[in-house]
Amino acid sequence: MNETVVSIKGLKKSFKAFKAVKDVSFSVQKNDVFGFLGPNGAGKSTSLRCMLSLIKADAGEIKLFGEDIKDNRSKVLSKIGSIIEKPDFYKYLSAFKNLELLARISGSTVSKSELYDILDFVGLQGREKHKFRTFSHGMKQRLGIAQALMHNPELIILDEPTTGLDPQGIVDIRNLILKLSKEQGKTVILSSHQLSEIEMIANRMVIINKGETLIEGSVHNLLNSSNMVVKFQLDDVSRGEKLLVNEFSDVNVSKASTNELEFEIEKIRIADVAECFVKNNLRIYSIEQKRKLEDYFINMIAEG
Amino acid sequence: MLLKNTWNELIKILAKPRSYIGFGALTLLIGVILVAMKADGKSFISFVTASFEQTLSFNGEILNGNLMAFVILQMLIIHVPLLVALVTGDLVSGEAAMGTLRMMATKPISRSAILGSKLLAGAIYTFLLTLWMAFMAYGIGQWMFGAGDLIVLNNDGLVIIPADDIMWRYFYGFGLAYLSLLAVATMSICFSVFSDNSIGPIVSTMAVIILFTIIGSLDVSSFNSLQPFLLTTHMSSWRSLFEMPVPVDDILNSIYILLFHIIGFAAISFWRFNKKDINT
Repeated sequence: MNETVVSIKGLKKSFKAFKAVKDVSFSVQKNDVFGFLGPNGAGKSTSLRCMLSLIKADAGEIKLFGEDIKDNRSKVLSKIGSIIEKPDFYKYLSAFKNLELLARISGSTVSKSELYDILDFVGLQGREKHKFRTFSHGMKQRLGIAQALMHNPELIILDEPTTGLDPQGIVDIRNLILKLSKEQGKTVILSSHQLSEIEMIANRMVIINKGETLIEGSVHNLLNSSNMVVKFQLDDVSRGEKLLVNEFSDVNVSKASTNELEFEIEKIRIADVAECFVKNNLRIYSIEQKRKLEDYFINMIAEG
Repeated sequence: MLLKNTWNELIKILAKPRSYIGFGALTLLIGVILVAMKADGKSFISFVTASFEQTLSFNGEILNGNLMAFVILQMLIIHVPLLVALVTGDLVSGEAAMGTLRMMATKPISRSAILGSKLLAGAIYTFLLTLWMAFMAYGIGQWMFGAGDLIVLNNDGLVIIPADDIMWRYFYGFGLAYLSLLAVATMSICFSVFSDNSIGPIVSTMAVIILFTIIGSLDVSSFNSLQPFLLTTHMSSWRSLFEMPVPVDDILNSIYILLFHIIGFAAISFWRFNKKDINT
């Protein structure tokens, strides 16, 4: 049976007149890599800050490991490693010294050799004694992950950990998260504004926008079992539209231009439509398919 | 957790270059005063004592280490708060600006322990700065000028304190100076809790000290009722230790008022910090 690690219900948070989080609810199960998806300004960081008691929620229930964060803050936080917004450290101290300071208040005993090991694990070997101010953005992220992992937490919360990284850095962080999940059985919450990133790493996700939960579920179900938005480029769009209406009565054409026909259909039926067009001597120049959720998310970001 | 984080705070203070500005400034200022007095102190003393020479004759060395410590303490007690606030005013707001407060607050340490450790570290830093001021003013002063009777001019006139009756007065004097600097440190930490940038609390602390000093020195009837409760009024309470007899009740009153300021600012800081949304 799945064990619920995080349960958020009806979370609300306003900053004066601005309602940053209006109604966010989701739950995370043990060993999930959970995608927390939403465009910039959707309320992801504010929700995560509420979860970690950095800010006080106006309303709603936050339960971590079955306990209310308000009542058992220290106990709950000792099981969590996190990076919120960006990893900030004391720039006048070395990477090792920074970790040593945070380890001292992590609620666990972390030895010096364990700190060196964790720095090795995130790929910062040889840079332990270098001052934080000399680090590149990618190295700062790695150090951030090191401080999130050093006390061996059960839950890791990473707020947009790949932002500003070069392609190799993104791949490295992605592999690191997968390694943590698969090899060490950690539960990971990963916030992002990139659906593709969540798709590659997460097994479950929630999408929020304008401070509200829109959809939550398995990444596979949400992305692959949903209808597709298909765009056919044809030599005769009006004949194609008539054929579609006659042969596939349940399909509604969403957009038709001079040479393009766009409609929503289940993935397995795209081939049937193509076969029907070919049998009726329609020339197909191209077929473009987008998942409905992806299309929806892209529109959501475009609308801001 | 409180002690562990106090150790962390001390490490951070020691690693910050600005922490040494106070020690450097005190060394420079006191050094300049001591060297200047060594070079030309006799003419300065004869200028000051000229008005008494017709009625009093002075035997022995007036310009000695005890007098130097008194002069230095009197000159610097109003300026040292800036050096204290430079470090303590940055303890919370500096971390908020840097984003490290967020990192700390996600660890299993209570908000009260975070602030408590900062207050303790600030108190230790202030103590070390006071100790340095005492070492420079009294220790180096004694080494350069030697010991001797202390002649001070206060509201009741000229007071002459024998050399063997002075050391305990400086011990308690620097203790009182520490208490008043601790009140300044707590005030700047309190301002720091309300701010997310480093400069604001430092400037605010100095602004309050300047304002209170002005209010304290103006002979305006509407300010008269305020003056006994101002922090700055009691910053020079150490001078009372160099009166004959020592006004113990006045000194105790100053201690109570300084402690009231320290506890009051600390209480406001805890109240605010425990409610503070960490948005930076």
